Amino acid sequence: MEYIIETTDIVKKYDDFTAVDGVNLKVPKNSVYGVLGPNGAGKTTLISMLCTILHPTSGSAKVNGYDVVQNPKEVRESIGIVFQSRALDDMLTGREHLQMHASLYGVPQDVREKRIEEILDLIALGKKADEFVKTYSGGMKRRLEIGRGLIHHPKVLFLDEPTLGLDPQTRESIWEYIKELNQHQDVSVLMTTHYMEEADKLCDEVAIINQGQILTADSPKNLKRELKADTITMQVDKLEEFTRLVEDLDFVKEIFIKDSEIKLMVERGENLVAELVNFANKNNIFVYSIELEHPNLEDVFLKYTGRTIQGER
Amino acid sequence: MAELEGIYTIWLRENKRFLRYRSRILTSVVTPLLWLLIFGTGLGSAVRFGNIPGGYQAFLFPGIIGQTILFTSIFSGLSVIQDRQFGFLKEILVAPISRPSIVLGKAIGISTTAILQGLVLLILSFVVNVPMTIPVLLASLVVILIISLGLSGLGLLIASFTDSMEGFNLIMSFIVMPLFLLSGALFPVTGLPSWLQVAVYLDPLTYGVDALRAIILQSSAMPLHIDLAVIIFFAVVMILISALVFSKKEQSLM
Ligand SMILES: Nc1ncnc2c1ncn2[C@@H]1O[C@H](COP(=O)(O)OP(=O)(O)OP(=O)(O)O)[C@@H](O)[C@H]1O
Ligand SMILES: [Mg+2]
Repeated sequence: MEYIIETTDIVKKYDDFTAVDGVNLKVPKNSVYGVLGPNGAGKTTLISMLCTILHPTSGSAKVNGYDVVQNPKEVRESIGIVFQSRALDDMLTGREHLQMHASLYGVPQDVREKRIEEILDLIALGKKADEFVKTYSGGMKRRLEIGRGLIHHPKVLFLDEPTLGLDPQTRESIWEYIKELNQHQDVSVLMTTHYMEEADKLCDEVAIINQGQILTADSPKNLKRELKADTITMQVDKLEEFTRLVEDLDFVKEIFIKDSEIKLMVERGENLVAELVNFANKNNIFVYSIELEHPNLEDVFLKYTGRTIQGER
Repeated sequence: MAELEGIYTIWLRENKRFLRYRSRILTSVVTPLLWLLIFGTGLGSAVRFGNIPGGYQAFLFPGIIGQTILFTSIFSGLSVIQDRQFGFLKEILVAPISRPSIVLGKAIGISTTAILQGLVLLILSFVVNVPMTIPVLLASLVVILIISLGLSGLGLLIASFTDSMEGFNLIMSFIVMPLFLLSGALFPVTGLPSWLQVAVYLDPLTYGVDALRAIILQSSAMPLHIDLAVIIFFAVVMILISALVFSKKEQSLM
């Protein structure tokens, strides 16, 4: 397998504090790779090292085949970045930001105007493209930054919390956009996030990071499968009796009662829904509703860290 | 080639920013006029200033041009601090363009705005009854360019060591005001007490103001070629040092 980003025991210390603690990351070419972790986990620090903004304290990293310390210029030529914090000039227009970026990254003159138009189409700024950025909404600024990161057709796009603080609608449209980009252009994406849903929807592979260390990395599907815990939530007419009965079933690993609902923790829940309904009928218990839930990345995170990702917020 | 384009891009942004802050353009012309008209007339009526036709106001004119360049250049250099706070410096520094080109683009951009201001002031020379000809005007603009390159280099250098605009007052009191007051913008630099004399000659702006006096008033404390040599040397050294510091310190700038 060809990797577009590869780190070897990369470490970053701020004085005594170790923000990134021996990370080995392998990002396959043309994938969307997620780094998922709570506030302060070291996501931005990790990305900053990969973008040549910070020197690693020890260890090494290669981006697009270039070492980030030895060949920073080549690395910079290969990448596009959307920083977590805003990096726009209030007194320039959206179009001017794109023009400036295109010339700093040496986009050839003859395709420059065309690319700028394409990107402007894509990020849908409309008439705002020629107004000062200080008049933009948060979502527009974000879209502009993402568009800017793309204008020189980078091999790797780094997105540090691309949808932080955006409304659900804008968030969805940015997700769509990232997906489309990855499918239609020769670009690999490394994004950080602490939205489980984002990682789940977008990423081919997710690394879970906590306190500077990668706890596990796999596709979202495999990560969730590993938990072996689906939840079946039921509403029945005779709750107490039903609870007593299901306690004796082998495949039920745990039972929680919440209000008028009973939650059963099981493995491979899709095979068990029909069985549970039949079981209830046989015992003359009426099922009002039954619902199957697969675990989400939140549960994966909980398993690995013993706390929820929002816990520290 | 790519580097040249990078320099041009940064130069362009500097100029756009300058032209878009209307209030800054206005103050950069009004403040020197206030100095010339009020301070110049006031002090001019109190002291006898026989050696120059036009008197103290005429003497003050090149000094106030020097002051305007000083403030514009240093403060524009300091705008890098703001760029850093707003995150925009990161966008520039992660671009595949060399650090010296960034410094050069910035310094040339700032000098261009200084030249624009200088041009406006030179055209207003009739206000203080100083005659102006095209050759004098052009020669003055060249001197303004050189001074401004040096001072913007100094501004960029200070900015690279300053985290926030909180240090602004310190920079004002310990760097900008001394450079201004010691430059002989307001008084002749000959016949001073020796401690002051030394300080005056250590101030690079002294030579800039003296060069402008030599060109505009044909009257100066030192020969023009010495003034020019000093300000050219200052400009080259400042640009080199800030280019070096930007390259070395790039990690802590982002
Ligand atoms: N310049 C710095 N000096 C000292 N400590 C720092 C510095 N930058 C970051 N840290 C610390 O390093 C740790 C990791 O920070 P980082 O910004 O990488 O986290 P993150 O995962 O991006 O968090 P978030 O989700 O809030 O963006 C934090 O504990 C932070 O306090
Ligand atoms: Mg972060």
